Amino acid sequence: MKVIVSGKAQGKILKTNTPINFLGTVDKKTGTIHDSKHDLYNIPMKDSILVFPNGIGSSVGAYTIYSIKSNNSAPSAMICKKVDLTVASGCALANIPLVIATDQEYDKLQNGISLTLDTDSGVL
Amino acid sequence: MELTKEEELALKGEFGETLQTAYRILVATGEATNAQKLIPIQWAHLSGVNYNTIGDAGEEFLSKLSQDAKVKVMTTVNPMGFDFDSVSRYDLSDEFILKQKSIADSYKKMGVIPSFSCIPYEIFDLPQKGTQVSFAESNAAIYANSIGNLKTNKESAFSALASALTGKSPYSDLRIDDTPNLTIQMKVQDPDELAFGMLGYFAGKVADNAVNLSGVSGMDRRKCKALCGGMGTSGRCGKFILGEQTGSEKIDFDKKEMQKIHDELNTADKGDIITLGSPQLGLQEMADLSMMLKGREFSKRCMVFCPRSVQEQARTFGYTNEIEHAGCEILSDCCTCLSPLIDKDEFDSVTTNSIKGAYYLNNSNGVGVNLKPLSKIISDETK
Repeated sequence: MKVIVSGKAQGKILKTNTPINFLGTVDKKTGTIHDSKHDLYNIPMKDSILVFPNGIGSSVGAYTIYSIKSNNSAPSAMICKKVDLTVASGCALANIPLVIATDQEYDKLQNGISLTLDTDSGVL
Repeated sequence: MELTKEEELALKGEFGETLQTAYRILVATGEATNAQKLIPIQWAHLSGVNYNTIGDAGEEFLSKLSQDAKVKVMTTVNPMGFDFDSVSRYDLSDEFILKQKSIADSYKKMGVIPSFSCIPYEIFDLPQKGTQVSFAESNAAIYANSIGNLKTNKESAFSALASALTGKSPYSDLRIDDTPNLTIQMKVQDPDELAFGMLGYFAGKVADNAVNLSGVSGMDRRKCKALCGGMGTSGRCGKFILGEQTGSEKIDFDKKEMQKIHDELNTADKGDIITLGSPQLGLQEMADLSMMLKGREFSKRCMVFCPRSVQEQARTFGYTNEIEHAGCEILSDCCTCLSPLIDKDEFDSVTTNSIKGAYYLNNSNGVGVNLKPLSKIISDETK
């Protein structure tokens, strides 16, 4: 894994293989996806370890990440497969730990499993 | 990533909290894109201006930041939620108006040019070929890289803001020349601007950070903007190169693929209102619209979005006469996508020729979208 924003976090894995458009589809107060076509539709991200391939869409999605953190509805950490600047900069400002997993690590992460993430440890 | 001594000190907070925050963002985005160093940029274009999108948390953040932050390079900004000239005619809450004013004031206090436009490439002179810039608005980043001969990553609202405050950006990704490993072969004949928008949306879905487009002909500025807008909406792709790249993987964009995208984004058979402009219309598009609308009148409301400097020139040249005679409302400083002026309590559906607009109208504003090219909007909806 590669550390983008360091920190420690604990939570249950909330995993999707569909990219997330933070601005277009995530409610900035509740931190839930309101796109009914997305497989995380209506599931709160709060306190989860959010695992998703990458962010897509508007650059303002970084503010959405900052907003959900300010509104206490943010994931406790995020794990992605690919980097995008919206998620990286949003997590940096909001102090949400963010790591990029290798394909192998990513595939091992299973929805619903409790995970403790310590970016200093160097392993997932 | 290697930092200079001064950059290290800034990151440690020696030069204050604002620069520390800015450098923290640059380091995270630099690490994320495997950058070796930070390089100077000459122009930043910021997103995150519309209260509808950044909300209370964003408004408070900018208000606090603007107490001591100043931009270091030329900085322009994206549209906000409405046009102060006509806001009294719309049913927006006082709170919305006040918060929007606070956001605009915060940016002005930091020294930005209050352009409130998503097409900076059309209303400002472009610096010389190869200049490093930092554009957060996706359609503008794609245009700058692909047509404007500039270099930018598809920046986020915060990475561009950090660039504005420091005059720097990580040297990585699209700032370094490389060759896209995918070519999309355009197989749709005589594409209109809607087809170009769908080509962009398709490319954004299948491409990585850059893509080759082959078989593209007859692309004018309107079609090019539609392509950039669509591409920026669906993925992370921030650059296209026209022509085929030997040895790259090839995918066709044909009628079948186009139909799939149309089915995804066209969610209504007709619209209660028409919107034109996402990206905002430029001066030539206003001139064209004026010609097309000569002696005609819309049967329903039609909102036309363009930058303020474009509207002022269009008034001087008389283009606005025909557009307003046809019944259009011309709005500046805001845009179709993410405008609170299009509310689902008031409208069930919107007719537009914008793929980017369609995506956000449907997903964020919660209204249905009826997609049509401009020529068909005019033939169907005016008399």
